[in-house]
Amino acid sequence: MNGLKFSRKQLGIPYAVFLIAFVVVPLLLIILYAFTKKVPAGSETFTIAGEPVSFAVSNFSDFFSKQANIRVLFVSFGLAIITTVISLLIAYPVAYILAKSKFNKGGVLLILFILPLWINFVLRTAAMKELLYFIGMYKSNSFSFVNTLIGMVYDYLPFVIMPLYSVILKIDKSYAEASADLGAKPWKTFVSVTLPLSMPGIVSAVSMVLLPTTTSYVISDTLGNGNVTIVGKLIETQFLTMHNWHAGSTIALVLLVIIFISMFLSGKFTEEKDESAGRANLW
Amino acid sequence: MGDTIGIAKGILSDKKQTETFVKSDKIIELVGISKEFEGGTLAVSDFNLHVNRGEFVTFLGPSGCGKTTTLRMIAGFELPTKGKILLDGKDITNLPPYLRPVNTVFQRYALFPHLNVYDNIAFGLKLKKVKTSFRDKNGNMVEKLEHLKKSEIDKKVSKALQMVDLEEFEKRKVTTLSGGQQQRIAIARAIVNEPEILLLDEPLGALDLKMRKDMQLELKDMQRKLGITFIYVTHDQEEALTMSDRIVVMKDGEIQQVGTPQDIYNEPANAFVADFIGESNIYNGTIVGDRKVKFINKVFDCVDDFEINAKVDVVVRPEDVEVVPPEQGIVSGQIVSSIFKGVHYEMIMMVGKSEVMIQSTKEAKIGETIGIRVSPDNIHIMKRDFVSNVYDGYIDKINKVHFAEGAFECDVTQLYPGSHLDSEGYVITATGEKLDLTNVEVKVEVGLKDIEIIDNDVDGDARGSIISIVYKGDHYQIIICTDEEEEEIVCDTEYLWNENDRVSVKIPKDKIKLTLKAVEKK
Repeated sequence: MNGLKFSRKQLGIPYAVFLIAFVVVPLLLIILYAFTKKVPAGSETFTIAGEPVSFAVSNFSDFFSKQANIRVLFVSFGLAIITTVISLLIAYPVAYILAKSKFNKGGVLLILFILPLWINFVLRTAAMKELLYFIGMYKSNSFSFVNTLIGMVYDYLPFVIMPLYSVILKIDKSYAEASADLGAKPWKTFVSVTLPLSMPGIVSAVSMVLLPTTTSYVISDTLGNGNVTIVGKLIETQFLTMHNWHAGSTIALVLLVIIFISMFLSGKFTEEKDESAGRANLW
Repeated sequence: MGDTIGIAKGILSDKKQTETFVKSDKIIELVGISKEFEGGTLAVSDFNLHVNRGEFVTFLGPSGCGKTTTLRMIAGFELPTKGKILLDGKDITNLPPYLRPVNTVFQRYALFPHLNVYDNIAFGLKLKKVKTSFRDKNGNMVEKLEHLKKSEIDKKVSKALQMVDLEEFEKRKVTTLSGGQQQRIAIARAIVNEPEILLLDEPLGALDLKMRKDMQLELKDMQRKLGITFIYVTHDQEEALTMSDRIVVMKDGEIQQVGTPQDIYNEPANAFVADFIGESNIYNGTIVGDRKVKFINKVFDCVDDFEINAKVDVVVRPEDVEVVPPEQGIVSGQIVSSIFKGVHYEMIMMVGKSEVMIQSTKEAKIGETIGIRVSPDNIHIMKRDFVSNVYDGYIDKINKVHFAEGAFECDVTQLYPGSHLDSEGYVITATGEKLDLTNVEVKVEVGLKDIEIIDNDVDGDARGSIISIVYKGDHYQIIICTDEEEEEIVCDTEYLWNENDRVSVKIPKDKIKLTLKAVEKK
């Protein structure tokens, strides 16, 4: 038994190895690819996997000089933001009712909302396509964006309900009672007590939806009828269709930087507004 | 209503004037309040009380006695299933909490963690609308409901903070405060609204002993200064005695006694109150003459007048027992335990099989024989709650009697003097009549001492859990509550059991007293 004693540091080793192999190294590779360019043999500074390459920043200027790319960025983030807002608007009342309901003994009702997660994501999206086709929305190209939006909200709704539900469930009912006791009508109590106290749930729900939706191109591919392109799709095309890993890595890096900035801002925002919610902030 | 506002203002501004009101003016009245929760638990039953303006009233009782539920009904968080709540004579029974001029200090404070100290205290003020009158363009006086101005709120908040000695804390986050500080902020948050009644739900429960004692005095002082009516809930009898003008002792959702701390302590209404408030010696006694009561096998003089032979509970406070040389005492005995408690010694003396607890500044050594005396007005006598158990029961085919969710062997011939049983189990009366007693309803009486408690819930004839134990000098009085119909079985035993023990009971056949119920009435 003596040999089985580990220090804290030793216990951290497997995680460190995992982190280096699957996060740090790929990230470094992406950066390397993003800042290099294929060049004709002979003029290379070094080779990656047998390919002659040299350092260049032209990947970035190439990406930002194309207006289509900028449009894709806007569409992606626009879609992600609208999806997040709609999901929150639907999920908050659902989570609130589930958390307060007497009928949700043992979380049975909650499971009904989580159940779709057990079905494969692609399959669910395909089913949604059939459904949209059936009600006639898929046939017209003018609905492509809306269809994609519906699919995204549908697929990500459980991820919004879950954190909201668990946070609302934990809010002590004495806070609402104290608020009513001090003269606040039910709506006022909700706005100035329940909502601020559920902020950590809202922040984690946003992070669960906002970032993945910018890249989950399966939904836009399946439901967008070829009319909705998001950043994830661009990256996929560069890697798998164009076989241009340098351009693909560049887009991935751009996306990464934008995500970091938005996370930083959301962290700042919640900290300023509410320090206790800040504990759950993304940094 | 206009009058009452005037009175409230009077209280705040002029202390002397209030004294005349305090005695006369009811601020809140609870009339026949009952509360039954879903699932049928009766938390409060038939609660009647009125509280006077400016009074400090405490609801005191063990946990689960319904005191907090009553408070929550006054605050409006629970609606009574029966009865009325009147505030200044106006029915507020179904008024939502945000419309009631009462504020609550919660047990765990319930300070809003997302707001700082200032915003917590200003929460109620920001919602408040006051009537203001001003001249409009045409020079007419216009009355309008308006929110308080920021400067007024600031002033009130800093005054409230001053009241609780936390002036510098406005900008602090509530989560960074200590328990005692949070407590004070919770009080400030409530009193800043100048409520007519302040409700406090065990507000000092989470503080340590020293802090609790300080806060008790501060609260009482604050109440005196503000003139606000306080309704305070606690299970701590000492806290209740320290602060209250009046104490309401509760048990199982029912009021046991209402009175000043002195009344409650000196003249407890029953054995429960005596046992709950302070230390006490409780004995079964019998009145043996004019103002003479016999307990622990000796006759004592007393001041209460009861009929001769009445069975009574006798309560003697340990500090009222005088220690004297053995030959001078009414009764003498040997000291079996002596503990130093700071100001006094707490000693236990045996008289026969009974224990007498004594608190005295004079120490008596273990093994020493001493005499004791109790002056007549320190012997508190109460009518005995229970002399025997009485149930409604019926007789079944095999002449067993059913009551208290059990079936007991009994002697059915006692129902008809001179009767006997025949070989088939029918009763043959003295006149030779043959009777079938199946399903005959009877009244069953069982003495407290005739019930044997068995340490499991299988072997006896009826079963349940122990819900109460009161020590009566030489024996324990135990109440067993049956599982379904919640019938109570009261028994005296010399053995100590634990509350919540699962037990069953056996009763000897000849100790079950049966009488026919007046069936003919039907």
